[in-house]
Amino acid sequence: MADVATRPLSRTDHTWFAGQVETLLPALYGTAVRLCRDRTDGEDLVAETIAKAWEAFPALRNRDTFRGWMFRILTNTFLSQYRADRARGEVESFDASDDGFSLFERVHQPILLWWGNPEQDFLNGLLRDDLIRAIDELPDRLRTVVVLVDVQALSYREVSTALKIPVGTVRSRLARGRGLLQKALWENARDAGLRAGPQRSGGEDQPDDQR
Amino acid sequence: MTSAEINTCEDALRLLAAHLDRELNDHTHAEVQRHLDACRSCYSRAEFERRLKASIAALGHEPVPPELSGRVESLIRQFTVTADE
Repeated sequence: MADVATRPLSRTDHTWFAGQVETLLPALYGTAVRLCRDRTDGEDLVAETIAKAWEAFPALRNRDTFRGWMFRILTNTFLSQYRADRARGEVESFDASDDGFSLFERVHQPILLWWGNPEQDFLNGLLRDDLIRAIDELPDRLRTVVVLVDVQALSYREVSTALKIPVGTVRSRLARGRGLLQKALWENARDAGLRAGPQRSGGEDQPDDQR
Repeated sequence: MTSAEINTCEDALRLLAAHLDRELNDHTHAEVQRHLDACRSCYSRAEFERRLKASIAALGHEPVPPELSGRVESLIRQFTVTADE
């Protein structure tokens, strides 16, 4: 492990940092846009993250952790902004009943299995915009965890460190966030008629027990 | 997470998310996988969750707008180097 904690930054460090940032930029931007739900705010978040990262770079002892470290700075920067937003009156509420929502159970109807594969059909019909809308609808605290685990593939431990919350809390927020996300996908799809729901006139392929 | 015996579909589904997230130890991961390989219903569920997770992961990379690339380049150029080689 290279100890760079106390040494000033050289031109070589600068080049290394610039190269890493260039490689990570699409992932940082993708995460920032999903967290902020806005492209302009996402750009600002990325720029602020990079500036903070350079300032803190001399203290990064193990450069192998650079990726997780960058996402930690990005997330904390987002959350400090989010806390400021909350102080201005944003309210979020969680409904514990969404924890166990399973999209699979809604889509997977044994009666349909003789004629096809409804869950595969559902996934095949899912659009990128459907997923983005469902993620954007999540409350900030849940969206942050879902984005870091499912979009950026951070481990529960890395998310726990980034957000300064216990691993158990990461797990419970993830379960709740995924439940809400699947519920939103189901409701959006049903409203769009992707899977004809019971309220649709063409609902012959779905039993009337979905509501 | 500690090792767990997987005797029922309920056991497997309880650990499915952690299994797909690769958060289980090797023994438990293998136990869940063994159940999935033997149980058509749980396998279908796991495949559905795996594909959904992959679709979400695909959102992780956004094409970077030229304005942001330029902004980042300019920002990094301004960073001060404090040591000679």
